[in-house]
Amino acid sequence: MTPDMPAVIQVENLTKRFGDFTAVDHISFEVRKGEIFGFLGANGAGKTTAMRMLCGLSHPTEGHGTVAGFDIARQQEAIKKNIGYMSQKFSLYNDLKVWENIRLFAGIYGMKPKQIAAKTDALLKRLGFMAEKNTFVEKLPLGWKQKLAFSVAIFHEPQIVFLDEPTGGVDPITRRQFWELIYEAVEQGITVFVTTHYMDEAEYCDRVSIMVDGRIEALDSPRELKQQMNARSMDEVFRQLARKAQRSAD
Amino acid sequence: MPTSIAITQISKHFAVGKTGRVQALHPFSLDIEEGEIFGLLGPDGSGKTTLFRILTTLMLPDSGTATIGGYDIVKDIKKIRETVGYMPGRFSLYQDLSVEENLRFFATLFNTTVEAHYDFIKDIYTHIEPFKKRKAGNLSGGMKQKLALCCALIHKPNILFLDEPTTGVDPVSRKEFWDMLQRLKADGMTILASTPYMDEAELCDRIGLLQNGRFIGCNTPERLRAEFTAPLRAVRATEMSRLLRDLRDYRYCRSCYAFGEFHHISLAPGFSDEDLTGYLKRLHFSRLEIHPLEPTIEDCFMALMQEGGSHDA
Amino acid sequence: MKQFWAFVKKEFLHIFRDRQTILILLLMPVVQVLLFGFAITTDIQNTSVVVLDECKTAESRALLNEIGSGRYFDIVQYIESDRDIDAIFKKGKVKIAIVIPQDWSRLTGSYQEAPLQLIIDASNPNEASILTGYLQSIAAQFGGAEPLINVETRMLYNPQLKSAYTFVPGVIGLVLMLICTLMTSVSIVREKETGTMEVLLVSPSKPLYIIFSKTIPYFVIALINIVTIILLSMFVFGVPIRGSIALLFGVSITYIFASLGLGLLISTISQTQQIAMIISLMGLMLPTVLLAGLLFPIENMPLPLQWFSTIVPATWFIDMTKAIMIKGLGIGLIWKQWLILLGMTVLFIGISVKRFKIRLS
Repeated sequence: MTPDMPAVIQVENLTKRFGDFTAVDHISFEVRKGEIFGFLGANGAGKTTAMRMLCGLSHPTEGHGTVAGFDIARQQEAIKKNIGYMSQKFSLYNDLKVWENIRLFAGIYGMKPKQIAAKTDALLKRLGFMAEKNTFVEKLPLGWKQKLAFSVAIFHEPQIVFLDEPTGGVDPITRRQFWELIYEAVEQGITVFVTTHYMDEAEYCDRVSIMVDGRIEALDSPRELKQQMNARSMDEVFRQLARKAQRSAD
Repeated sequence: MPTSIAITQISKHFAVGKTGRVQALHPFSLDIEEGEIFGLLGPDGSGKTTLFRILTTLMLPDSGTATIGGYDIVKDIKKIRETVGYMPGRFSLYQDLSVEENLRFFATLFNTTVEAHYDFIKDIYTHIEPFKKRKAGNLSGGMKQKLALCCALIHKPNILFLDEPTTGVDPVSRKEFWDMLQRLKADGMTILASTPYMDEAELCDRIGLLQNGRFIGCNTPERLRAEFTAPLRAVRATEMSRLLRDLRDYRYCRSCYAFGEFHHISLAPGFSDEDLTGYLKRLHFSRLEIHPLEPTIEDCFMALMQEGGSHDA
Repeated sequence: MKQFWAFVKKEFLHIFRDRQTILILLLMPVVQVLLFGFAITTDIQNTSVVVLDECKTAESRALLNEIGSGRYFDIVQYIESDRDIDAIFKKGKVKIAIVIPQDWSRLTGSYQEAPLQLIIDASNPNEASILTGYLQSIAAQFGGAEPLINVETRMLYNPQLKSAYTFVPGVIGLVLMLICTLMTSVSIVREKETGTMEVLLVSPSKPLYIIFSKTIPYFVIALINIVTIILLSMFVFGVPIRGSIALLFGVSITYIFASLGLGLLISTISQTQQIAMIISLMGLMLPTVLLAGLLFPIENMPLPLQWFSTIVPATWFIDMTKAIMIKGLGIGLIWKQWLILLGMTVLFIGISVKRFKIRLS
C-alpha cells in the first residue's frame, strides 16, 4: 500500500440528489497514486452515480472533489483527458478492426498518428494479438475483447483508469489474466478505480469502499475489513453491510 | 429418483458467414433427476444459452434427442411449453409495464391467474409487492430477477430453466435468489440453472462444466473437489505481482493463479513445502505465508479447463 | 380467447405508455393534411405578370383588364421594350410576360388568327403548363371577337381544379400505410430484440395470437386517423364526399388490413427494429408517395413504372377513394380494384402467418 503517495482522487461530502432522492449522500474518500481501489455496493447503492461525477459526466449537487488534480465541478474537460474508462457494456466498436479501434480511441485522446502506429504494434505484441490486428473486434472471444478494451483504455497513459464491472461473464482463467494486466498497469504508476460484483476480486484491491444507500459504510483494506467484522471472506463482509440497506431499488 | 431431463448426444452448430461454422455444442449426454438443482457453469459463449434454447424447444438440435418430463423436445413442443418455466439470460419482461401488469400478463399467457397460484409465488412476490405499481424498467437488478422468476413460476411448472439468473446482480440479492431456489427444490421442482459465478456452484446438487461447447465435467461439488488430487498451496507475500511470476517459474509448478489476497499454486510430484519455502526465501520475499488448501470449485474448473487445453486466450 | 385479449391489452398499454409516439400517431395526419393543403398546393393564385402592350388599343386594354381582374394573375408592371423582359425574369419574382403585338387588334377584328406571345418561367414545368392553360382559357373566352370555333371546356368533378381533391385520398393512403405497416412491424421486431419473444414462444399461447394482437391497436388508431383526415378535408378544404361513406370505410378497412399484413410480413424478415423501419419507410413510403398517383399521374410514368405501380397497394386504394369521394361512384364501378386489394391482403397475411417461426432462427 502506498500511504506516502500523493492523492489522485480526493472527494469531500460529495452528494447527488435527483428531486428528493439522494442517490449519493455526502461521501468522502481519497485514492492514492498507484492504488487499486475497489468501489463496491449493491445494485442501486449509488455507485454508478458517484462514478459519473468522478468522471466529469455529472455535476455534484453538493460537496467537491478533485480527480487527477482537476476540480470535478469546474474542470470536467481536463478530467476527461486525464482518465481512462472501460465498462462491460460499452468498450470497443464491434464493426471496426482491432487496430481501427485503437486508432480511434487514441485519436480521441489527441495522440499523434505516428505515436499511435508505433504504440499499437508494441501493444499488440505484448498482448500476443499481433495476428489479430486486422480482425473485426466482433470476431474476438469475449476474454480477448476485454483485455483489448482495457489496454485501449490506458493507451493514452492516463493517471487513473475507471473500470465499471470489467470482468462480467468471463471464464476464471481469463478473468485472472485480466487482473494481471491491471497489476502491470499499476506497476507503470496508473491508479485503478474498479467496481465489481465478484467478491473474490475485491480481495485483489489494495483498499475497498462499500456503499450502502448512497453512503460509504466501510473503507479499508480487505484484510482489515475482514478482521473488523470477524468475517472469513469479503463476501461475508459485503453481506453484513448490505443487509442494513433500507432502500432496495434504484 | 426418476429422470426429469434426459439428454442423449445433443449437438448444435451455427453457420458463420458463407463458409464458417461454429460448433456451439459438441455431442454430449446427461440425465438430470427430479427435484435436483443442476448448475451449468461456463463463461459467455461456452454453449449454455444454446443448450437452454434446445431444451425449451426454441431451437432444434443437429443431432441427438432429449426428453423433458418424458416429453420429446421436437415432437411434443406443446406439452413441454405447458410444463416448463423459462427465464432467458436477458431481462425479458416488458420494461414499460408495471410489476403487476407483467405478472398478470404472463399469468394469462399460461392460461392461469395470479390468484390461482399466489401461494406458490408468495414467498418471492412479497419481496417485490411493495413496488407493484412501479414500471419493471425502473427496478434494480435484483428486483428485476425476482420479478422474472415470479413470471416464470406463475403457471407452477415442474421444471425450471434459468439462464444466468444472477448475472450482474449484487451478492446479497444473489444469495436471496438462491435461497428461493432451495425452497422450490424442497417443493419437488427440478431446476437447471447456469451461472458464471463459481461460488454459486456450491449451492447445486450437481454441476456440469461447459467450455467452448464441450461438456468437460459433471459431478457433485464434493466429488469434483475430491478429484482434484494435486497438492495445492495458498501463498502470500508483500510483492504479489512479482510473487505470481516467480511462482510460475518454480520448477514443480503446474499452474498458479491469483485468488484474492493469496495465490493458489497447484504442484507436481516431487514438490515439498521446504523446497517451495526455500525457493521463495532465496528470491527475497518478505512476510511470506504458505499454507495447504482445500480446492474450491474454481480451482477445479480451472484445472479442467487447462486439461481441455483450448480455452480462449 | 382470453389470452388474445390479454395480448391486446398489453399492446394498448405499450402504446399509451409511450406518450411521444401516440402523440405523433394522432397528430401526424393533421400535419400532413395541412402541409399538403397549404404548402404543397398546386393551385395558382396571384401570379405576378408583366405586360408589353405594343398594340395599345381599347381591345388590348380590355383583354389585360380581364386577365388582371381574376384572382389568378396580378399585373405588376407595364414595360416598354422586350429587352427588359430578361432582366425581370432573372429577379425571379415574375413568372409570365405577356406580349401583345402591334397588329393584334386588327387581326382579331378581321376574324384572323391573332397570336399573343406568352413568355413563361418554366423552371417549374408543372406550374408553367397550368399557367399557360389558365391564360389560354381567359384569352379564348375574351369576348372581343367572335371565335371561329367555340371550344368550351368543362372540368368535370373538380371544376375549380382544387388540388385538395387529389391529395386527400393520397394522404389517407400514406398515413394508413405509415402507421399500420411501420408500427406493426417495429413493435413485433422490438420483442425479438429485447428477448421477450423468447418467453412468449416458450409459453403455450398460440403464435397467431401473438401476431394478430399486435395489429388491433394500430387498426383502431388508423380508423381514428381516417375520421380526422376526412373531417379536416371537409371543413378546412371543402372536399366533398359524393359517394357512400360506408363504402369509403369498407374500402379503407380493406386497405388497413393490407397494410397491417405488410407490417407482419416485414416483421418476419427483419431481425432489428432498424431494418424493419428502413424497409417500411424506403420500401413502402416512397412508392406510395411517388408511384401510387399521389403526386404524379400514373399515366404519365414510363411503362415499367406503371407496371410497378400496380403492385403498390396504395395505387388501388387511392384510385378507389378518388372514385368514391370525388366522383361519387358506387361499388358497381370499383369492385375490380377492391378485389385486387383484397387479394393482396389475403396474400400478405397468409405469407406472414406461414413464415412466423415458432422457434428462434
